[in-house]
Amino acid sequence: MNDKAWNNRAWFFVLPVLAFVLFSSLIPMMTVVNYSVQDTMGQNHFFWNGAGWFQNLLDPTTDIGGRFARAIVRNFVFSAAILAIEIPLGILVALSLPRRGWAVGPTLVIIALPMLIPWNVVGTIWQIFARQDIGLLGAVVNKIGIHYNDTEDPVSAWATIVVMDVWHWTSMVALLCYAGLKAIPDAYYQAARIDAARRWSVFLNIELPKLRKVLIIAVLLRFMESFMIYTEPMVVTGGGPGEATSFMSLDLVKIALGQVDLGNAAAYSLIYNLITLTVCWIFFTTMTQLEARKGA
Amino acid sequence: MDHPVAEFAPSLPPRATAPLRRARSAGRGARREGLRRVVLGAYLIALLLPIYWLINMSLKSNVEITSGLTLWPHHPVLDHYRYIFTDPAWYGGFLHSITYVVLNTVISVTIALPAAYAFNRYRFLGDKHLFFWLLSNLMAPPAVYAMPFFNLYSAVGLFDTVWAVALAHCLFNVPLAVWILEGFIAGVPREIDETAAIDGYSFPRFFIRIFLPLIANGIGVTAFFCFMFSWVEQLLATTLTTVNAKPIVSVMTRTYSSAGMDWGLLAAAGVLTMIPGAVVIWFVRNHIARGFALGRV
Repeated sequence: MNDKAWNNRAWFFVLPVLAFVLFSSLIPMMTVVNYSVQDTMGQNHFFWNGAGWFQNLLDPTTDIGGRFARAIVRNFVFSAAILAIEIPLGILVALSLPRRGWAVGPTLVIIALPMLIPWNVVGTIWQIFARQDIGLLGAVVNKIGIHYNDTEDPVSAWATIVVMDVWHWTSMVALLCYAGLKAIPDAYYQAARIDAARRWSVFLNIELPKLRKVLIIAVLLRFMESFMIYTEPMVVTGGGPGEATSFMSLDLVKIALGQVDLGNAAAYSLIYNLITLTVCWIFFTTMTQLEARKGA
Repeated sequence: MDHPVAEFAPSLPPRATAPLRRARSAGRGARREGLRRVVLGAYLIALLLPIYWLINMSLKSNVEITSGLTLWPHHPVLDHYRYIFTDPAWYGGFLHSITYVVLNTVISVTIALPAAYAFNRYRFLGDKHLFFWLLSNLMAPPAVYAMPFFNLYSAVGLFDTVWAVALAHCLFNVPLAVWILEGFIAGVPREIDETAAIDGYSFPRFFIRIFLPLIANGIGVTAFFCFMFSWVEQLLATTLTTVNAKPIVSVMTRTYSSAGMDWGLLAAAGVLTMIPGAVVIWFVRNHIARGFALGRV
């Protein structure tokens, strides 16, 4: 990292990106900040409200505060469940993918397919698939004798959304790990074979350490995406039953675009963004430290 | 299927067990190969089953859909597809979506290239902070931006155009493109830049004639990701358009009409939205594994 040339003219290379991101990120963000400290009486007349919206939002005893607190909890529970299932399952799938031969291409294409389906279509697929009357999954599960109804029963709704996300995104973890596994030189495996190492110890001592870097990317991307999830639950459950699957994004869109409650929405946005930013920062420092250690 | 000798293995000292374990592992290898296929097979079936169900639904008439559960279409019809291809609102939706996705991909890759080069090759004032700030945009929930984007693009007169969506998707695609390209550029030795300079190449000529071909795979992978994230996004695309640039993902909400759900039409539209993705993956299938690691393995 330190042998890079110091050259401030590199800024010219970055300028176009900076211009674009300023336009599409900073200006909108300033609008949000602006709304978050003002209140309106209608007719585009705004007055200063200080930290009022934030105080309301962070106080769980108020209406909006309670709603916000419950949504945060749901988001973290959901992300934790997603990571707990998708990371091990993704590693398992990556280990079982073929490394060479004719099957590699078609298998990878099938595996990547769910990620390229528009998110509302993913929602539609599962909405249809999970229905008790016309959906295969819903009909079969009910036939086995398990009561299942993803629009009326909160447990079913949660199960559907978690399974849907596993269906949608485990492939990304698998492909990341597959890339990591393919980068391990054959010599490592040969050495393990000579030592007659057991499969489990090959995994623990050779494969897992080599996967560390891609796994950090996988955990980050999965955390972020699941923490921002909007479209798929919106289509499948609409945030219901009640508010059982009303994650932060769903809640926020309801407040901002549905109720046009600008002050609350803006305060909500900023704190939501702050949470993702904090996690992003933790990740970024971990990643740069890992790279620095590798460079040393 | 263990080798019988293996029964004695635990009582022998570690070094002596190695050949025995090797003998046993031959049998275990075959079993492991079987297990590998079972895991993979089960996963592939689980992936394809919901997709099959959607295709199944798209080929049934609405009468057949509502009259009961059938595992395959007993009277397959293409009516839903025919409807989509003849109704301008529907096929227009596809055209709008493809237009803004292509615009966004071109913009994102073009402006990200020099920036990724700068981040990888030089140190400059505030480089780390800037990179972090870029990445943080990748993590920003689109729900946060829905409302301000609506205001912003209305103010500049781009609301309800494909440009609004193409630019809005730059919010996450530009940082993503910078991040992926930086990973691939890191794989090109710096000596190449220096050699080209000594050989008298001007920088623009070096960058276009020598450097870009070297990272062609990385550019392909980046374009793939930009395409993917722009194609699948729905919230911003729907918020920023009403009539003239309505993307297919929001046209699909038309099937929730007062007459109930038009399941067959919805399923057919869903099937059609999978095709561009499938085509694009097929082109990058050889780079897909490394690509998903963002060039960082």
